[in-house]
Amino acid sequence: MTAADTIALLQSQFGSAIAGAKADALDPFVTVEPAKLVEVCTFLRDDARLKFALLNDITGIDYLEPDAKKAPKAGFEPHLEVLYHLSSFARPGARFTVKVVLPRWKDGVVGALPEVPSVSAVWKTADWHEREAYDLVGVFFTGHPNLVRILLNDDWTGHPLRKDYEFPLEYHGIRCR
Amino acid sequence: MPPEDPTVIEFDVRTDEMLVNMGPQHPSTHGVLRLVLRTDGEIISDVQPHLGYLHRCAEKIGENVTPIQFIPYTDRMDYLAGMNMNLGFSLAVEKLCGLKVPEKAQVIRVLISELNRIASHLVGMGAYGLDLGTFSPFLYAFREREHILDLFEDVCGARLTYSYLTIGGAHDDLPAGFTKRVRKFLEYFKPRIPEYHAMLTDNHIFVKRTAGIGVLSKEMALDYGCTGPMLRGSLDRTTGDPDWDLRKTEPYSGYEQYTFAVPLPPYDRAPPGAVIGDCWHRFYVRMLEVVEAVKIVEQALDKYDALQAEWEKVKAELDPEVSRDPKGPAAAKQAELLKTKYAHRVEPPRTLSPGECYVETECPRGQMGFHVVGRPAKENVPLRVRARSSCFANLSVTNELCKGCLIADVPAIVGSIDVVMGEIDR
Repeated sequence: MTAADTIALLQSQFGSAIAGAKADALDPFVTVEPAKLVEVCTFLRDDARLKFALLNDITGIDYLEPDAKKAPKAGFEPHLEVLYHLSSFARPGARFTVKVVLPRWKDGVVGALPEVPSVSAVWKTADWHEREAYDLVGVFFTGHPNLVRILLNDDWTGHPLRKDYEFPLEYHGIRCR
Repeated sequence: MPPEDPTVIEFDVRTDEMLVNMGPQHPSTHGVLRLVLRTDGEIISDVQPHLGYLHRCAEKIGENVTPIQFIPYTDRMDYLAGMNMNLGFSLAVEKLCGLKVPEKAQVIRVLISELNRIASHLVGMGAYGLDLGTFSPFLYAFREREHILDLFEDVCGARLTYSYLTIGGAHDDLPAGFTKRVRKFLEYFKPRIPEYHAMLTDNHIFVKRTAGIGVLSKEMALDYGCTGPMLRGSLDRTTGDPDWDLRKTEPYSGYEQYTFAVPLPPYDRAPPGAVIGDCWHRFYVRMLEVVEAVKIVEQALDKYDALQAEWEKVKAELDPEVSRDPKGPAAAKQAELLKTKYAHRVEPPRTLSPGECYVETECPRGQMGFHVVGRPAKENVPLRVRARSSCFANLSVTNELCKGCLIADVPAIVGSIDVVMGEIDR
């Protein structure tokens, strides 16, 4: 089952929930509406033809050019992406990527984190990876059992992998820059 | 005032749960890992790992430097297998740019990263002995590892943070006589492997501490995203599990040309009491991988020597013509041959291609993934670099493994995961 077949299968199964797809990318992917993410992921894991039992990675990417001069030429609109890299244990070598596109801030309110449903009930790996994405990129995973910071301290402010993140001047009396 | 009824005193004895802190500098947590254990007497009911003590914002740094400048930061992720980290990141950037690496560079990469795998597994084995209270295997392991580090020092001048494998190949060719020294080392090393088995694998105390402890089922391993020796220790060849090793399933750097086995359980050597997926099996998988790595190194050495000899011959044929006409067809042919086959490195493109790609390689501790996103406005600084850590996923299963075991088993279980905190915290 090639990536193109997987995409066709998902499109026939979920219709408009699949917002976009690209089979000839370096890593073929589908873009999924956040509301249907858990359903699509469960299907990817359980369907006998797909069997993506292994969630390799969750990556959050902040698409923003903080430099106002460069922004018009950056080649992308400001947005956030969350990528789920899957591989199949039953079909060695098969890989697939699921993408969720989000606004940088929920409802345009600066500081309100965009929300994605958590897939930690589908793959347990997602538990820690989602905590990391929340911690560093600033994505809120709704339905996560324990969404707290994992790498940074609990009292840290901000999400460092945001492009407009400002490094703190001091932290508990330690000068930072 | 003492209570009149003596039974009251018994009710007063505290039997509720206790929180025990282990780490962050506990010797058997392999670096700065802090575990908070919830215990009922000696029985563990919950383990919460606290990470981040070694967090150095590697991913943020990656957004601000060029890929070549980022290579030294990859060394500092899994610092026991720096070469494998370099290789993973280089492959990701090469895939993004569509860069083809010459054959000789690929052979060097395989040779060097397999040597590093041996060194890394030796530390894993030695440190595991330390966790369980035996000191001597550690010294034996470091004796052999020292030779490998000496070899690496010859190659690139560094003993731990190499930055040797880089984008486009390796930054220098192997020094003269290197293959001879590696062969000498292998002759010295191979008879030493039974010593480790005598010290640990078949050791009665070691078996008692590890067999049947911390059993990880295949389903749980997959659910938690465990990879590498951790997952392989839970597979069973008799039920038809695939040879789950990226070097076999998705070969990179020409691994498909090498003959080696993926050692999957069940093992004839398994002591009574050992079940598939326990600490003993995870340990033994690593020991067998060392043997397989030796086989790969031997084949890579032969390939390297053959390529060198071939190149000497081609060069000797073309050299007279090249010296006669340094800009003629012979010189062009020579340059072309170098670029496609006989060079240790090709020049990478000056800018990253737009787009993104995710590449995983089989590192000693599991599948290490790198995700590189190039900017649409062609620049040399990536928009995002993401490192998927294998230990991060492997460690997340600790809580499940430790439930219901004794406090004394926690070092045995955490040690069998073989974590390197530098890779987890990045």
